[in-house]
Amino acid sequence: MKTLQRGARAFGSFWWDFLVGDTPELFVATLVIVGTALLLRHHHLAAIIVLPLMAIAFLLISTLRGRGRSSDAP
Amino acid sequence: MNPTSTIVLILAVFGASTVEMVEALTIVVASGVTRGWRSALEGAAAAIAVLAVLVLAVGVPLIHYIPIDVLRVVVGALLLVLGLSWLRKSILRASGHKAKHDEDAIFAATAAELAEDGSAHLNAARRDGVGFAVAFKGVFLEGVEVVLIVVSLGASQHRLGVAAAAAGAAALIVAVVGALVAKQLSRVPENTIKTVVGIMLTSFGLFWVGEGAGVRWPGSDLAIIMLIGVFTLVTLGTVVLLRAPPPTVASRADSFVPEGLKE
Repeated sequence: MKTLQRGARAFGSFWWDFLVGDTPELFVATLVIVGTALLLRHHHLAAIIVLPLMAIAFLLISTLRGRGRSSDAP
Repeated sequence: MNPTSTIVLILAVFGASTVEMVEALTIVVASGVTRGWRSALEGAAAAIAVLAVLVLAVGVPLIHYIPIDVLRVVVGALLLVLGLSWLRKSILRASGHKAKHDEDAIFAATAAELAEDGSAHLNAARRDGVGFAVAFKGVFLEGVEVVLIVVSLGASQHRLGVAAAAAGAAALIVAVVGALVAKQLSRVPENTIKTVVGIMLTSFGLFWVGEGAGVRWPGSDLAIIMLIGVFTLVTLGTVVLLRAPPPTVASRADSFVPEGLKE
């Protein structure tokens, strides 16, 4: 039973680190992009413009956030 | 399936596998040098075998039992998270805001840790549990990310065999090069490879999320190449913009103290 619990915790911890880790904003960004893709599935032109722009915007926000954190570090 | 996307798939899996295997090999070499090669190589081989079983156990059912559009959205989302996070890290490293991955430092730290155990320099022919475990863990943990990329890219394009072969080829090449150059792994341009793979994973991820949701990309699979071009430009532009500016003449003059005036 304990082995199972430990295994489940390790499995959950792996997925948490992989999906969220120290960049939760990128996880949220991906969910927002998936939601937007589903909403715009009948508006192809809007989708092919908006989806890349959203990915770029989220990448820049996360990178700037990372730069801020690195310059805060001693 | 367009041959272009198959080529991009092979390059993405090969690049990702190369980066992760270089990191794994550093640990295997450190284990081999300090605890004996037999256990280190057995640990690495066992981890590769477990990873291959994982690809079959997870990848094959995915292809056969999950509707392709659902698979593409889920896989696309996974690739997008991974790709964006690799790209972010690469941009911060290339622009000097994050320390680069230093294989020499990792090698030295792992070797020192293993040697501290007191039973260092064991007979190469004897089995050593610690050496086996360290090599196994190193290869397995680095390889899990490769398995995810192989399974997701391979399953979403029904090219699991091609993706697995590309990952296997990368692992083999890294192992051969590693055996030839031993500790010189720091010369591998890891950040550049990681940047290229990050761009590919992000492009693939966005493409599959759209495709799975029902969006029709212009040019079908050729849109992946367009997305790669867009993300390459964004990455290069961001690195240039974020690169720390060189010190100005005034600040250099402020910090200059003539030899004779130094305390």
